[in-house]
Amino acid sequence: MKFLLELQSEEIPARMQAAAAEQLRTRFVDALKAAGLAHGAVTADATPRRLWLIADGVAAASEGSAEEVKGPAASAPAQAIDGFLKKTGLTRDQLEERETPKGIVLFAMLRREGRTASEILADVIPQIIRDFAWPKSMRWGAASHSTAAPRWVRPLTGIVALLDGDLVACEAHGITSGRETRGHRVHAPGVLSITSAATYLEQLRAAHVLASSAERRRIIATRAAELAAGAGLSLIPDDGLVAENAGLTEWPVPLLGRFDPDFLSVPCEVIVLTMRTNQKYFALADASGALVPAFICVANLDATDGGAAITHGNQRVLSARLSDARFFWEQDLATVRAGGLEAFLPKVNDIVFHEKLGSLADKVDRVAALAKWLCENDVVPADPAQAERAARLAKADLVSATVGEFPEVQGQIGRYLALGIGVEPAIADAIRDHYKPAGQGDDVPTAPVSVAVALADKLDTLICFFQADMPPTGSKDPFALRRQALGCISVVQSTGTRLSLRKLMQYFTDICRLSISDAGWQPKLLDFFADRLKVQQREAGVRHDLIDAVFALGSEDDLVRLLARVKALQAFVETEDGTNLLAGYKRAANILKAAEKDGIGEPASGEGDGAEALLAAALATALPTAKQAVAEERFTDAMAALASLRGPVDAFFTDVMVNDPDPGIRARRLALLARFRDAVHGVADFSKIEG
Amino acid sequence: MSKPLSFQSMILALQQYWGDKGCVILQPLDLEVGAGTFHPATTLRSLGPDHWNACYVQPSRRPSDGRYGENPNRLQHYYQFQVILKPSPADLIGLYLGSLDAIGIDRAKHDVRFVEDDWESPTLGAWGLGWEVWCDGMEVSQFTYFQQVAGHDCAPVAGELTYGLERLAMYIQGVESIYDLAYNDAGVTYGDVFLKNEQQFSAYNFEAANTEKLFQHFKDVSDECRALVARGLPLPAYDQAIKASHLFNLLNARGVISVAERQAYIGRVRDLVKAVADCWVEQGK
Repeated sequence: MKFLLELQSEEIPARMQAAAAEQLRTRFVDALKAAGLAHGAVTADATPRRLWLIADGVAAASEGSAEEVKGPAASAPAQAIDGFLKKTGLTRDQLEERETPKGIVLFAMLRREGRTASEILADVIPQIIRDFAWPKSMRWGAASHSTAAPRWVRPLTGIVALLDGDLVACEAHGITSGRETRGHRVHAPGVLSITSAATYLEQLRAAHVLASSAERRRIIATRAAELAAGAGLSLIPDDGLVAENAGLTEWPVPLLGRFDPDFLSVPCEVIVLTMRTNQKYFALADASGALVPAFICVANLDATDGGAAITHGNQRVLSARLSDARFFWEQDLATVRAGGLEAFLPKVNDIVFHEKLGSLADKVDRVAALAKWLCENDVVPADPAQAERAARLAKADLVSATVGEFPEVQGQIGRYLALGIGVEPAIADAIRDHYKPAGQGDDVPTAPVSVAVALADKLDTLICFFQADMPPTGSKDPFALRRQALGCISVVQSTGTRLSLRKLMQYFTDICRLSISDAGWQPKLLDFFADRLKVQQREAGVRHDLIDAVFALGSEDDLVRLLARVKALQAFVETEDGTNLLAGYKRAANILKAAEKDGIGEPASGEGDGAEALLAAALATALPTAKQAVAEERFTDAMAALASLRGPVDAFFTDVMVNDPDPGIRARRLALLARFRDAVHGVADFSKIEG
Repeated sequence: MSKPLSFQSMILALQQYWGDKGCVILQPLDLEVGAGTFHPATTLRSLGPDHWNACYVQPSRRPSDGRYGENPNRLQHYYQFQVILKPSPADLIGLYLGSLDAIGIDRAKHDVRFVEDDWESPTLGAWGLGWEVWCDGMEVSQFTYFQQVAGHDCAPVAGELTYGLERLAMYIQGVESIYDLAYNDAGVTYGDVFLKNEQQFSAYNFEAANTEKLFQHFKDVSDECRALVARGLPLPAYDQAIKASHLFNLLNARGVISVAERQAYIGRVRDLVKAVADCWVEQGK
């Protein structure tokens, strides 16, 4: 049988519809499973005015079941037996007595009759509605005299529940189920009576309601693209906007509108943002990809005049909005023409960066100093003065009228204003790009001035919050420090920037006088970077234990070098030589650990003979080779040097007994193992490696 | 299409429509307020169990929005049409759409949409869920189911509709500037009635208002409000709270309240409203 459930309500916020449909589906499937009612495919979806679900192949009834429950002994006190009878709902003579090794025990046979689908659904529907969890819900109407009144995202107005053509009678939130629903508000304003679950979708379609969100999305995307193409333009694709418009319409009709080309003097990001965020319009581009003064809006009906009035109205609204935007933009341009971007800086002083960390102006000072330092110390190949100036101007646009109105275009507005008054492009670009990368998949800046400011800005934030002992905890990361650290890692990796985090932290401590300070912040911040690196490298298949093994050396604080080292190490430990050497290392480390507890004593002179001498000789070659290779960042060579030890180490453990009765010889052999361990530690702390 | 309604005819049509639906047609509150919601007919009447249906025009003042009569879309003094229905009736959306029909918006030709917009007033300590109503992409009304006012749960919930009258009229009449609106059908424009008002009050709000006295008034009305609450007179006390709110808006427009102080002032007004509402609810029991 086919089952239909429709929950009608006043307009459901677009952003909540998809999750609500999925929740309905999950709750329904779980409830049927718990009730033992078999079913086939279940589809759930939403329009602005309804959540609906259709289940195919619903069984006519649930299967009956039988369950055996063990009770107390027949000789148990009456109280215990009464309790068991109450629990099972049986009488004493219905219980079965059975011989067991523990004497005669009572058993109950519980038989559950199968129930009809209709009965089960009548129970399940009200339960789903009562338990439903909306991101925000409300009370309404006469029932809201009680604060315990039913809650829904907006007033719930009707329930349709049909099993094939039969009504499933139930009640929830004061509403009795029926077969009546509503079609499109304008095209089909009357009551629509649904014949059966099988005809629901087509009956709605006839009433100008496209129940499938996927179909509405498809219509919006294809029709909008056709309209654009018809005007010789192309649609700037925006899946989020397609979904949002599909959540605002039951009968979507895209329409093409235009605006005055004079508005193109406003930065295109601002225009696109106004259209997208405020009006939910699609932006259009010409063949060269440049923004054109046109848009596509999505109406919710086939208007009697073909959409002329709707298009005209939307054009007027956009025009008023763009007038506002142009007013702000021109005001900002006038400000910088009179006094440069510097004209904004006094106001930056009034913005609080964080109550414990001072104003944004304080931050700008620190970032400027850091950016300059990065260039002066050859970390970033940019002119220190240019980097410093870019850092000084990078936050100026935050107090501009345009960014005040459109916060999302921070940086971009600063860049346009800078270019508008002839600031060097490298600085202008750095103003825009220093926020990048804003997340996974975002562009990573590579121009040197941008890199200097981007790194300085992020590192300043990280260091400040760690110094003030406000690192992220668990799921709480209110200042997005994880993203900042990941951003730093991406920038240094993609530009091959060589930066000693320790040196930088030391410099920062010198220039920054934070009154509050967590003494242990430096190692905590290094650990934080290590953790971020592990997360970031997980996808690339880099092992987290190897990152730990290199970080644990304590000397490696250059992320680029660290990663090169980790990768060489990974290649090595996955070879046969590597696996064996690791086993040898662990054996040596264990022996040393036990021996070092009691003291090793004075070693005998000489190098011994056989495998012992062989290992000593191998170490004498491998140790300096590995050390030099590490110093020259030839990590694969360093690994090869270690690999050369594999044979001698294996032979040593096969042929030589470390715990010789002569304490001098024992000490000499232990010292040899210690040299081996140290040689390995020159590359990585193998004790952190798993396996 | 027939001749579009003048500004005053539109107001009359809305009053007629909601009056026919059982609303008490009130006249505006005789105090300066920032929005129709501040009228005690909404704020205080939305609290407590009584049924209450009312509509009224409310002149609203937002001193910071003044543009000396030079901006075609912004005013420091404008009109809202407010409808409050408690408890919220079934199919309130249908009733609302009927009011658009009544003022001549042809919904077969225009696109009316309900876009999520949750309302919150920090000054009134109030919030609700609802929508902005869009007509061809323009916001023409706010539609809210009040959940809480002055920190009290609304029981029952009231439905509140607020129409931006000038915007709606500009839309219906198809004019680009507020000042060009036909106020009546005898040739009087909105500019004829209000342009001077906008010019002079912008100067007052931004330049002339004596801030020292305004600060003193703020203190005086706050004290008076608390004294009246103590005497068990929530309605007169509420007048004083409304005055405090407007005085704060004026001081804000004069630019003498810093960003840091702003929150503190809003908190003081909220506390006054809360004290009044507590008293009102207590007496209603």
